[in-house]
Amino acid sequence: MIECKNLVKTYKNGDVETTALKGVSFKIEKGEFVSIIGPSGSGKSTLMHILGALDSPTSGEYFLDGREVSKLNDDELSEMRKNKIGFVFQAFNLLPRATVLRNVMLPLLFTSTSPKEREARAREALKYAGMDENKFYNLSNQLSGGQMQRVAIARALINEPAIILADEPTGNLDTKTSHVVMEAFQELHKKGHTIILITHEPEIAAYAERVISVRDGVIEKDEKNKQSL
Amino acid sequence: MIRDLFKETMWSLTGNKVRSGLTILGIVIGIASVITMVAIGQGAQNSINNSIQAIGSNLIIITPGAQRGTAVSAGRGSSQTLTIDDANAIKSQVPSIKGVAPEDSRRYQIIAKGTNTNTQVIGTVPDYATVRNVTIDSGTFITGQQVSGSSRVAVLGPSARDDLFGTGADPIGQSIRIKGVNFTVIGVTVSKGGTGFNNPDDSIYVPLSAAQHYLSGDTFVTTISVAAQDQNSMTAVQQQVTDLLLQRHKISDPTQADFSIMNQSDIIATASSITGTFTMLLSSIAGISLLVGGIGIMNMMLTTVTERTREIGLRKAVGIKKICINLQFLAEAVLLTFFGGAIGVVLGWGASLLVSHFINLTAQVSLSAVLLAFGVSAGVGIIFGFYPARRAAALSPIEALRYE
Repeated sequence: MIECKNLVKTYKNGDVETTALKGVSFKIEKGEFVSIIGPSGSGKSTLMHILGALDSPTSGEYFLDGREVSKLNDDELSEMRKNKIGFVFQAFNLLPRATVLRNVMLPLLFTSTSPKEREARAREALKYAGMDENKFYNLSNQLSGGQMQRVAIARALINEPAIILADEPTGNLDTKTSHVVMEAFQELHKKGHTIILITHEPEIAAYAERVISVRDGVIEKDEKNKQSL
Repeated sequence: MIRDLFKETMWSLTGNKVRSGLTILGIVIGIASVITMVAIGQGAQNSINNSIQAIGSNLIIITPGAQRGTAVSAGRGSSQTLTIDDANAIKSQVPSIKGVAPEDSRRYQIIAKGTNTNTQVIGTVPDYATVRNVTIDSGTFITGQQVSGSSRVAVLGPSARDDLFGTGADPIGQSIRIKGVNFTVIGVTVSKGGTGFNNPDDSIYVPLSAAQHYLSGDTFVTTISVAAQDQNSMTAVQQQVTDLLLQRHKISDPTQADFSIMNQSDIIATASSITGTFTMLLSSIAGISLLVGGIGIMNMMLTTVTERTREIGLRKAVGIKKICINLQFLAEAVLLTFFGGAIGVVLGWGASLLVSHFINLTAQVSLSAVLLAFGVSAGVGIIFGFYPARRAAALSPIEALRYE
């Protein structure tokens, strides 16, 4: 499903060159729940951006669902993100002043889907993400953190993506809510979704069945998580 | 696709009413002030031109020169050198003339039915109406027959009528006494506006022959007014009249002339330079309002887009194409500026009407001012609404999402 071959990413900041990824290779199969863990500066965010088709690697190859992503242009990357990837961000990134339903329907904008179908799919995704039906017409900025993240998960699900990419999804939540959200991800995993979770907290990473540790731009450890719940 | 674009645009604009409202307000003020300013300027210019036209168009006025003979000069117009024959000679010998009106005007005490007033009595000929743009409100003006017959008839200016017979009264057929002589009122003129000693509204017109015969008792005239055919022939007419009168009065040195000639185009030239300055002033004020309005719109648009960089990043992250984001922001900018522009035009128009209503000035809304104001505001609004959004949409979604 996902295959990375020797990914290298170099940033130029003036005259200073920083190499965030120094040759990373791995494979993720369909239906896996993988955590990518590492301290800040380890290159895990860069890796996540490349996996999410938000950025291109300097060299190396990245295949998602059999297509090589590393060579696509801006519009093709957009198309890729729309069809294959669902994002869950740390800062939720919901549209303020927009209803829950509208937020979830956002990725369906400018597609041929009819308004009726969009709403039906949004409702389905919200229920799937465990969102209470009487909150569907609330404005997104009136929700609690946990609720916002559920809306974000529903938004990630609406296009039935090949992978769900969660970037520190519990970073802005308290411990209790974090666990509720992580359980939601485990639910999705049980239903067969492929999930990649980026975090720096080992206890959050422990929810996944496989943990990839990144440090200084290289993979340090890649192991099955035995205590996976 | 189009429906999505429209819905998103409307949602964005109605979602933040304060922001949209302020942007629209900026555009409205910019456009409305320019339209009103230009309308007032043009109205003022027209009003000044009309006042000058009211004196009579393409007018040349000949007055007698100063009385000399002793060491003391009695001043311009004091000598008696112009006659009806001079007027007739001008009429028959100078081409490109619309009319010649000799007049014998003096101030007398007028009595009517127990009331009395002191005003100017102008003895003249029927051409006076054409030359000086006098129009009749009721009755008739002096006829040629009345002049040749020295008829004791009078035409009143509206102010003279008000003083003698009461405001708005119908004096036709009544008689007035000028210097002890009875005159029958045959007409009233339309008000021309104006104040002061030579107020045309406070005058009484009688046949020239009657004025000379019954009132002044001499054969001289105090003024000859000549109307040229058109503006272009004024200089030629003035020159020919001067030559003719010098020849008739047997004067070889033009500096010794016993008459003086005043040309209306001198007045017009002065007035034009005044209105020109006035228009310049108003145009610069309008230009400054447009500039300030433009900067306001630019400011609003730039802040709006900067504020929404994260939203643009999110839209990109979920896979919306660059072109769709660009189109949405373009549509928002177009809608805002056109909506604001429409209100601005209506408001500017309304303000101009209001000004016309409250101060005595017909403000004229000009199409070019409307187009200019609208064009500049719309241009500024669209460029500064669209260009930063385009830049934001070209950013990578990560950078846009991180934007603070």
